[in-house]
Amino acid sequence: MTEKQPLNRDQMAAILAEHLPDGGIVNLGIGIPTGVSNFLRPEQEIVLTSENGVIGYGRLAGAGEEDPDVVNASATQSVTLNPGAAIVHHADSFALIRRGMVDVTCLGAYEVAPDGSFANWKTTNEEWNNLGGIGGAMDLAACSKQIFLALEHTTRDGEPRLVQKCALPVTAPAGVTLVVTNIAVVAVRNGKFILEQHAPGYTAEEIQALSGAPLEVSPNFRQVSV
Amino acid sequence: MPRPRIYTSMDEAIADFPDNASLMIPGFGPGQPTNLMAALWRQGATGLTTISNGVGFAATTEELRGLGDLVVAGRVKKVIAAFTASTRPSRTGTAEELIRSGQVEAELSPQGTLAERIRSGGAGIPAFFTPAGVGTETATGKEHRDFNGRTFIMEHGIFADFAFIRAWKADTAGNLIYRRAARNFNPIMAMAARTVVVEVEQPIVPAGELDPDQIHTPGIYVQRLIHIPEGGVLHIDRATARAILQVRYHDPVPEGQE
Repeated sequence: MTEKQPLNRDQMAAILAEHLPDGGIVNLGIGIPTGVSNFLRPEQEIVLTSENGVIGYGRLAGAGEEDPDVVNASATQSVTLNPGAAIVHHADSFALIRRGMVDVTCLGAYEVAPDGSFANWKTTNEEWNNLGGIGGAMDLAACSKQIFLALEHTTRDGEPRLVQKCALPVTAPAGVTLVVTNIAVVAVRNGKFILEQHAPGYTAEEIQALSGAPLEVSPNFRQVSV
Repeated sequence: MPRPRIYTSMDEAIADFPDNASLMIPGFGPGQPTNLMAALWRQGATGLTTISNGVGFAATTEELRGLGDLVVAGRVKKVIAAFTASTRPSRTGTAEELIRSGQVEAELSPQGTLAERIRSGGAGIPAFFTPAGVGTETATGKEHRDFNGRTFIMEHGIFADFAFIRAWKADTAGNLIYRRAARNFNPIMAMAARTVVVEVEQPIVPAGELDPDQIHTPGIYVQRLIHIPEGGVLHIDRATARAILQVRYHDPVPEGQE
């Protein structure tokens, strides 16, 4: 029996990276997704866009490479610009999102449901009071062709984050197609969670036991390759 | 069209800022009018309505006093932003508590909606329809309408009394050029306010020296200019978790990267 090895944030980012469609325009949100830019291979020909108007950025900047004016969606991490990069202002960066140019948006989340809805902007259930941290997530979620999520499989208290219905207010009522957690890779299709991959040492039964909604086990169920 | 007035003191540039005015504050990491905000902190105006991406936290040094400080000090009546609360339960701010208790009014907008509201305000468009937020709490109370089989919600343009802008280059006609991601909200906010005050990183050059094809904000939108003086804040060092002040007097752009 293999020892249980939950995935770390870099491994989760690497899995997101390998699932991106070649030649895609991709937006990376704050958190685990911003790490994806370090795992893209040039032959994937992915173009990364950020809400702040940077089109065509690359990996995180190393020591001495930082430019105070070049950051990703976190607004604090310095990134590099790839040859062919372009800069637009904030309204134009969302114009391209709203127009539907983004193939995949990768976001962090608190909860996700099999209908493709997810929650990531408000940490409480209190009534709508104009408090929250939406950022660009709602625009991206409403207008991207696919949404990939990266999140821990359970809360710190062990409660499932893959749930039948989001208890927190949703960011979008639909659109999630892939969920990468620290123990599993789950596709979201036709109103179902489909368990595609597992972290080393985890069985389908164990992953199901940590989930709040049924997982259909894929015929290709296998260990992650990172 | 009178040329913009050129100031040498941040405090003088905003000395007449009235109570109860509305203010656009750009910035998404870089591109923040840090020096003008610190001057506004010193100036004392109160009852403000602010439009910005986030509300932020109180600063640790006088040079970095900004919106977070104004909110905590009770000088802000209302914030319009895409972040009014932290997304991490472990990092809630005082501003959040003031909003929750009703002491500060808040209007939370998805970021693209916020940007388009500003762009619209500056473009003479009173309202528009967007798909962002449909089916979420942010659509509460807003007009819904279907176009081509898809549901959209109506959002309103925003226009403010003042915009504080951070530019990289400027000429005496007020033409502005921004650098890299420091552009963010700056061009659209500069178009969406009655009085536009600009802090400029590089020395202001005579009109005619900047290539008209390279201008991001035409000078006709700009009323006041000030070159960030020696000792002013050019950038905030984000390499450390604490925002440590970094003061430079030279052009930060390395050779060959212009």
